[in-house]
Amino acid sequence: MIISRNMNAPFKPDSLPLDELKIGLRGRVASVDWATLDQAEANRLRHFGFDEGVTVEPLHLGPFGRDPLAIRVGRMTVAIRKSHARAVRVVPA
Amino acid sequence: MNPLPLVAVAGSPNAGKSALFNALTGARQKVGNYPGVTVERHSGRLTLADGRPADLVDLPGAYSLDPASPDEAVTRDVLLGRQAGERKPDALLIVVDASNLDNHLRFALQLIELGLPTIVALNMVDLARRDGLELDSRKLEEALGVPVIETVAVRRRGIAELNVAINDMLDAPRCPAHHDARADLIHLQRRARELATAAIVTESPVRRWTHRLDSVLLHPVAGPLILAGILFVMFQAVFAWSQLPVSWIEAGFAMLSNGVTAVLPAGILRSLIVDGAIGGVGAVVVFLPQILILFLFILLLEATGYMVRAAFIMDKLMHWSGLSGRSFIPLLSSFACAVPGIMATRTIDNPKDRLTTILIAPLMTCSARLPVYTLIIAAFIPNRAIGPGIGLQGLVMFGLYLAGVAGAIVAALILRRTVTRGGGGAFMMELPKYQLPSFKDIALGLLQRAQIFLKRAGTIILGTTIVLWALASFPQAKPGQRQVESSIAGHISDGIYAVVKPIGFNHDIALALLPAMAAREVAISAIGTVYAIDSTDEASGAKTLAERLRGRWPLPTALAFLAWFVFAPQCISTIAVTRRETNGWKWPLFMIAYLFAAAYIAAGITYWTAVTLGL
Repeated sequence: MIISRNMNAPFKPDSLPLDELKIGLRGRVASVDWATLDQAEANRLRHFGFDEGVTVEPLHLGPFGRDPLAIRVGRMTVAIRKSHARAVRVVPA
Repeated sequence: MNPLPLVAVAGSPNAGKSALFNALTGARQKVGNYPGVTVERHSGRLTLADGRPADLVDLPGAYSLDPASPDEAVTRDVLLGRQAGERKPDALLIVVDASNLDNHLRFALQLIELGLPTIVALNMVDLARRDGLELDSRKLEEALGVPVIETVAVRRRGIAELNVAINDMLDAPRCPAHHDARADLIHLQRRARELATAAIVTESPVRRWTHRLDSVLLHPVAGPLILAGILFVMFQAVFAWSQLPVSWIEAGFAMLSNGVTAVLPAGILRSLIVDGAIGGVGAVVVFLPQILILFLFILLLEATGYMVRAAFIMDKLMHWSGLSGRSFIPLLSSFACAVPGIMATRTIDNPKDRLTTILIAPLMTCSARLPVYTLIIAAFIPNRAIGPGIGLQGLVMFGLYLAGVAGAIVAALILRRTVTRGGGGAFMMELPKYQLPSFKDIALGLLQRAQIFLKRAGTIILGTTIVLWALASFPQAKPGQRQVESSIAGHISDGIYAVVKPIGFNHDIALALLPAMAAREVAISAIGTVYAIDSTDEASGAKTLAERLRGRWPLPTALAFLAWFVFAPQCISTIAVTRRETNGWKWPLFMIAYLFAAAYIAAGITYWTAVTLGL
């Protein structure tokens, strides 16, 4: 099953920023620091389905400077820059 | 007369909405614009199952009713009945991607809440199956409370069933019930996930095609090489594939003008038709094959899902010049034409990024510059090989493209540090699944582009060449005078000539610059018209324009003319679309000023360098 969900995921001290999760490893979103994003960026991340408890998997890195990141979120693959991925904290699955 | 029922087609980006719209309406489509905004309005006529007609409007793809771009705002406003130039739809057709239900159902739920009679098209069920996903559409139907029809729009499957369902919906409109009071994004998203999970019958883990392709196409080394290869093939094709159709079009126009010459007596009317109309329009229509080949590649890259990958690969490089990968697609489209390129910038969420992209888009060598480059290169650059498979002419052409790109990078760097400073730094895009595009969808896209181009050739270009013909033909020159210099146009261009003389331009170029403001390619038809009128002896009529130029222009002048066209904002349509996109005259005027300054300086440097080198 791809989607697992925990409505009240508490902040886990063993979580790490999404841009540090290794390519091909899965993680569960522990928290999103919405305050570091502006309104439009936060909305886009929500549109892409970023939410606590969602499983994410970094798939590819951009060829120049290892940026941006292609990440699987649920059944979708999205591209975001590392600076934005940093707002998402994940617990490796 | 009652207006026909209006059905709006809505859905998330990459749901296959446009393909479904094409499948339902066929070629009976109209592409227009919503008043006041530059969002394209695609509408069409649908013949219902019982033979009655209905109007269908294809709304821009949106992730939710909370807009993050002008496109999404139009979608919301049409659905709420607030959009100028559109009546409130009578019914709604929601398109969702069967293999991405957990995301697409969020917008679908929000749309169903609007309470309009609604049908859901569960699209791309074939791709879902390819991914090992089996869905129960009846169960989804019960959960959503609206009819759900399975479709594969690009293969035209499920279209008849969908047509029957739309027919039933319009006969007996049934508004769906409200169920969710807490309709914010997060709650809708969670409910969408529950519904999607409930609709899945089986799911077998398979290695997804898209993932396999991406591991090659987004490979850190292979990815950029493949992108460079695709771009190389694309520009190669624009020149190589177009030669045969170009020769047919040339032969056709030659037959036409010979026919008219044979039928009409020599005089003003024959000169108007042969030199003015046929000569001017023919010089431009000849570039239709190249434009269509370029658009063919762009449409294919978009429809297969590769275009976003190109943006992904290029993002970091674009970031260094102050932009984002988002700007790559509009800038690549600008190689075909800056007008659709500038219109495509509306997908860039960040306003500063968007403005910068608009301002540098005219520096991408658009297809209208091709006639100018091709002619000058053919006339002045010797056709000799300087290496295996590398010709000097091709190298100069490549250099001109490169000069435009280099100019754009420098301009972006300067603009981002001065007039468009601040903001920026966002690149957020969905990477859609790879898909084999349907021949019909691509053909339809090309047909629409061809119509737009020919309409331009038939109106703006025909009009300006006829006006120019008149200005260049009257008053008639006295014996011993050159027709070009004694005409009205000759006197007007005296003023321009005074300005451009220091950069090596002659009187004929000054004359061509004015009408070339309408469209760059008119420069060629203008020069063609002028020299056709000016040729007194019958023998010179057989000479090609390139041969005539070779005799009249020194090489430094020709090179300066090329440098000028790399930068000059010679296109009314681009300026008009910039005004519309930026909501005022401030930015188009800024664009005109900085591009003319750059063109003047570049042409001047080129001319004096060439003169100094003794070319």
